[in-house]
Formats: sequence, C-alpha cells, structure tokens
Amino acid sequence: MTDVSPKGAAGVRMRSVDKAFGPNVVLRELNLEVEPGERVVIIGPSGSGKTTILRVIMTLERIDGGTIRVGGQHLYHEPVGDQLKAASEKHIRKVRSNIGMVFQHFNLFPHMSALENIMLAPVKVHNKSRDEARETGMELLAKVGLSEHANHTPGQLSGGQKQRVAIARALAAEPAVMLFDEVTSALDPELVGEVLSVLRDIAEEGSTTMMLVTHEMAFAREVADRLVMFDNGRIVEEGRPSDVLDTPQKPRTREFLGAVGDQ
Amino acid sequence: MSEAVATSPTPSGPSTDQKLAYEPHRKWYRRPEILGPVAIVIAVYAVLLGVEVQPGRYRSAFTADGDLALDWDYFFHLIPQMLTGAYVLARATVLGFTGAIVLGLLMALGRRSQFKPLSWVSAFVIEFVRSTPLLVQLFFLQALFRTTDVVNLSGVQILVLGLALHYGTYTSEGYRAGINSVPDGQWEASTALNLDPITKWTRIIIPQAVPNVLPALGNNLIASFKDAPMGGPVLAVPCMLFFANTIRAEDFRSVEPMLLIGAGFLLISIPAAWGLRRLEERIEYER
Amino acid sequence: MGDWVLTWGQYQVLWEGLTVTLRLLGLAFLLGVVLSLVFGIARLSPRTWMRGLALVYVEFARGISSIILLFIMVFAIPILFDFDAFGRFSFAVVALAINMGGYGAEIVRGSINAIPKGQTEASIALNLSPTQRLRHVVLPQAMRIILPPMGNLTIEILKGTALVALVAIGDLMQATRNLIQAQLAEGVSGVTILFVNVLVIYFIVAQIINGLFRFGEARLNARFRQRTGRAAVSTEAYSEVSA
Repeated sequence: MTDVSPKGAAGVRMRSVDKAFGPNVVLRELNLEVEPGERVVIIGPSGSGKTTILRVIMTLERIDGGTIRVGGQHLYHEPVGDQLKAASEKHIRKVRSNIGMVFQHFNLFPHMSALENIMLAPVKVHNKSRDEARETGMELLAKVGLSEHANHTPGQLSGGQKQRVAIARALAAEPAVMLFDEVTSALDPELVGEVLSVLRDIAEEGSTTMMLVTHEMAFAREVADRLVMFDNGRIVEEGRPSDVLDTPQKPRTREFLGAVGDQ
Repeated sequence: MSEAVATSPTPSGPSTDQKLAYEPHRKWYRRPEILGPVAIVIAVYAVLLGVEVQPGRYRSAFTADGDLALDWDYFFHLIPQMLTGAYVLARATVLGFTGAIVLGLLMALGRRSQFKPLSWVSAFVIEFVRSTPLLVQLFFLQALFRTTDVVNLSGVQILVLGLALHYGTYTSEGYRAGINSVPDGQWEASTALNLDPITKWTRIIIPQAVPNVLPALGNNLIASFKDAPMGGPVLAVPCMLFFANTIRAEDFRSVEPMLLIGAGFLLISIPAAWGLRRLEERIEYER
Repeated sequence: MGDWVLTWGQYQVLWEGLTVTLRLLGLAFLLGVVLSLVFGIARLSPRTWMRGLALVYVEFARGISSIILLFIMVFAIPILFDFDAFGRFSFAVVALAINMGGYGAEIVRGSINAIPKGQTEASIALNLSPTQRLRHVVLPQAMRIILPPMGNLTIEILKGTALVALVAIGDLMQATRNLIQAQLAEGVSGVTILFVNVLVIYFIVAQIINGLFRFGEARLNARFRQRTGRAAVSTEAYSEVSA
C-alpha cells in the first residue's frame, strides 16, 4: 500500500477512464494521478465534465471503461487471480468508505439537526457509539466554528453555515480522499470567505488528499499543489498553480482564464 | 417595420419573405388529445343509454357437477349473463355520473359563494357525504323513499341518485382543485387588465382549469363504476354482483361467478385507467 | 319525523358494531401500510422483476372494485384453495388491506420520487447502505408528503369497512341491519332516522381519523423546525465539554 501516506491520506489513480451520457462523451480516456496528501484543483468551463471526475470517484456515476484505484485498491474492479472483474456492490462500498464528498448544494438532511447530520454516518456506517460520535461531532462543529448551532436544523442555517456543516459531516468519517464539488458556487458572495477558510484549515492539516472543482482562482493559487485545466473530456494543461495561471501554455487555457477574468 | 421584425426571429422558416401569420393558441376544445377521449366517452354514453337490454332471469339452466372447485365449462357458460349485468352497471354508472357532474358543479359554486352561510353549508354537505360510506347512503335513500309515497323510485333509480350524490362531492372537489391550480398570477393579471368577470372566467380561468379537471373527472368516473356493484346486494339491482349472489343462493356455486366478475371488472377498469393516465401525461406535456 | 335520537339500547347495539368496524379498520390499516411500503418501494427497485411484480399488484388492487374483491375473498378463495382456517373476518381484513395497499403503494412511490436526488447522493457519499438510505434519509422526509393523502385513503378504507355487512360480519352496518330486523314491526320512519344516526357516527369517526393525521403532520413538520426541550439541554452539556 504505497498509495497511502503516513498520515492516512490515499492516492487516486485514474487510468483511461471513459464516461458518456448517451451520445454526450464527458470523459475521454482520462488519466489522472493524485498523490497521497496532494491538493489538486480542477478548473475548466462549465459543462466540461470536471464535476463528473469527482462524481465517478464517488461512484455517483458509474464509469464506462478504464480503472480507478483509491489508496491502491481498485474501485470498480476486484482482482480475481491475475484478472480484473467487475466489482460487487460490497467491494465498491468497502473502497468507497475511504472517500468523502462535499456538494455544491450542500445536500444536508433537512429532517436532522446539524449534529445529527454529522453523527449519522459514524453511528450507522462505522459502528461508533452514539456518545463517541457525538463527541467527535461537537469537535468537528467547533473546528468549523458552529458549536452553538449543533441543534439547529439546516432550515435555520445560512448557506455558508450549511456548507460548513456539510464539510464537517464529510470529515466525520475520516476519509482518506476528500472531493469538493464547487462548494462555494451556490453561496452569496459575502459567505464564500467563511467556507474557504475552513477548506484552508483542512489543507494545512494535510491528513487527507483533496480534489477540488472550483471557480475561485485566487484560492486555487493559494491552496493547490497542482492545477488541472480540463475541457471537453480531456486534461488540457496541468502544473503548478502559478505556472498555469500566470504563463498558460495552451491557447484554450488562455482563452478560459481570459473569460474568467480573474487573472 | 413589419417585414423586418416579423421575419427575423424565424430565419430558418419555410419562406423568408412571408409575413408572420397570426396563430391563436389552440383552444382546449380544439386539442385532439382532449377532444378524442371526450368524444369516445360521449359515444359510449349514447350507446349505453340508447340500447335497451332487458335483463333476463338470472337462473342458469346449466348445472355443474357436485364438486365445488372451479369448473371451466360452467365458468364460460356464465359469460353472456354476466355481460348483461355489466351493461346494467355501466348504464347506472353513466347516468349517476352525469348527475354527479352537474351536482358537483352546483356544490362547487355553492362552496365558492360570497354568501357565507351557503358556503359553509356546501362545505359541510361535501365533507359529510364524502366521509360516509356510499353503502349506508344507499340504505338511507332506500328507507327515505319507502317512507314517502309521493316519489316511488326503483332500485336502479336509487342507485343512480346515490352515485350522483356521492360522486357529486368528489367532482366538486375536482373542480375546486382545478380552479385552484390556476396560478395566482393569472388572477392578478386578469385584474390588472381590468377584465370583467365573464371574460376572466371564460377566457382565462376555465381554459386553464379544464386540462386539470378532466383527469380528475375520469378518475371519479372509474371509481363510481367500481362502487356501482353495491346496487346488487343493497337494492336488488340486477347487476353482476346480484347475479353472482343469486347463483350462490340457488346453485351453491360461488367460485365461477365471483372470479368471472372479478376478471370482467379488471378487463374494463385497468384499460380505462391506463387510457386516462396517458391522457393526463399528454395534457401535461402540452402545457 | 319526530325524535332524531335513538334509544339507549339501540346505541349499545350500534356501539358493539362500531367496535368491530374499528377493529377491522385498524387491522386493515396496519396490513395496508405494510403492503403500501413494500410495493411502493418495490416499484422503484432496480430489479425489473420486482418492479413488474409490484406493478401487477398495484394495477390489480386499484383496478378491482373493493366490493367485488371482498366477495371474491370471502366466497371464492376459501373454496378455490380449500383454505378456510381463519374465518370471514380475516379474509375481509385482507381484502380491505389489498385495496388500501394498491393506492398506498402509489402514494409511497410518488413521495419517494419527490425527494431531491441530492439527498440520495449525499447518503451514498456517506457510504450508507441502500437500506439505511431509505430508512434514515429518504423515508423520514417522504413521510411528510405521504401523510395527507394517506389520511384520505384511511377514510376511504373506513367507508369500505361498511361493505363487510354484506358478507354477514357484525360491524356497525350489520348492527344497524339487525336493529331494523328487530323493529320491523314498528313504523318504517324509524329506519330513516336510524340510518341518519349511523351516517353521523361514520362522519364522526372520519373526522377523528382526519384529526389524528393532522396531528401527525404537525408533529412531523415540527421536526423540521426549531429543536426544543430535550435537545436544547444536550447542547449546554456539550458547550461545557468543548469549553
């Protein structure tokens, strides 16, 4: 298991992954390797399929071809002898337990309080005791600065607070890989900062691999180890954030960064 | 200006120099997917009411052997008589439902009335009739008409009246829901355009409510058909169930007639429900 | 018409019948809810045969007339399968429950479909099993949508229970008929009054059912709003811990 860092972060290796929705090809033989503990930011125009990369890793969409390994284990395949066969749901569930995801629209459970949202997976999936789960839940809420909102339901929270609860909920399972899908896109501009500062804290701890899809270029420059420019189902360009953002090599990247206008 | 403005939105149109013709949106009564089923229903009505079938004696000449288990010869032998029973049922249903459509409209109007006592009374009557069993209502009507010598109603007539009353409350709810489904903005726009009440109702509200009301009416029609067999045991209406009961009493056979009317019922109600759902989908699609 | 009220003895007979009606309704409701959940969820199953089976059941249960289903269950099924161990009452319960389950399954299916897809995705991301997703995430939210039509359906089943009098089960309606037999010698006008009283009894029971479902809705809606009492206390305990 060389694909796991000493702190417990896991690497993600995607090999020639294909994904299409009907006639619409979203991922074309995609190869993307993320080292354990690495922080990769994926940018690209909307509709380019960058969200789909995260969704196939989270198994919300199933791939049409290729392989994905998380922490050295195949996600969609089980090795039988020296052959690979399609994985059972049980196997997928086992590997998936290493992965956490935060969504653009939060997807908090509206019938549970903030604390219950966080406690659900530890109690039901990871068989923690309620007391233990509650304790770590309160710690996580303190970490995202929402201790006093533990008993509030999502309906009572602002967008930024909801997203911070959602991050705490994903962290509760101590995932080795964290996926962030445009987590600030649905927020009012004045609420973006509080969510980004939570993400910064997680990045500094370095105990988890992070893959982020975002439109916040300044944040990408600050946090990312590597920036991946993605368009039309393919990686257009990748490299250190400063290199890609300041001296883009490909015309498509320049065009996109010009349109975003943030640089 | 008319040429340039009119042609520019449709550059790929058949001919570019043709002026944009005035095309009114299709009225609901011009839409084939609405008119078709309505025409079919009216035709079925006409046939049912026009054709006179005298229900014969429900006494089977054929007797099965002593074994009470399913006997297929006996089963098929019962079919013609069962069809007469189904006919009686269908006829009572369409008559009763016609009454329900009218009564429901009156109740819905009463409910919407500005005169509060009338509105309250209508609301109470609707709630009362809706939440009590049709069976008891039929018994009640039967007893009521026995006490008065003025009106003398036959069993079928009481069944028709009962269905009209009971399903009138359902159709009135259907009308109400249909009217409520017209968005608030439409009412506000009518006020903003200073439309008089008649124009508002005939041109704005009713055309938009009809596509929502029709499926509800269809559902109620099917539901009233399913309740109509009550007329057999209660009012001795010579329908399917009455016939099945008679056979049970006389021949001591219940498996064949019961299964036969069950199958017959499914053959009528499932296709009707499917057709109705298709109608619903197409109407929704159009909107 | 004279007096609208019946004698005490007559009300006692009706009360006896009402208890049978309520017992019938309660049992049919319980079984009906189980059928609704099972077939409503099966209608959304990824397995084709399961969906098909549920569809056949739903179409059958909604297509057949409840009165005819009752007669089939009571008169044909015991003979056809040579199986009469449980008696008429149980067969009547099953008939009513089958009917309720058909409509209930569609209510359940519609409500589950109305839950946003993001909720399921979030629970996959938390690695909940399909059963846990249903039990902890989807159904609790669907419950709010299920309850109002379920209340109406329960009243329909209450109305359906009156039919069992036709197969000689001693419910409220049958008690009424017994009273009629008893007072046959009296004037017939009494029968009308008797039925008015019975209608009022059914109306009251329906209103009680209505009230119970409203209460349930209010309770559920409260869960989506501010936490009170018990939960608030526990926060204080934790702020001490974290302080």
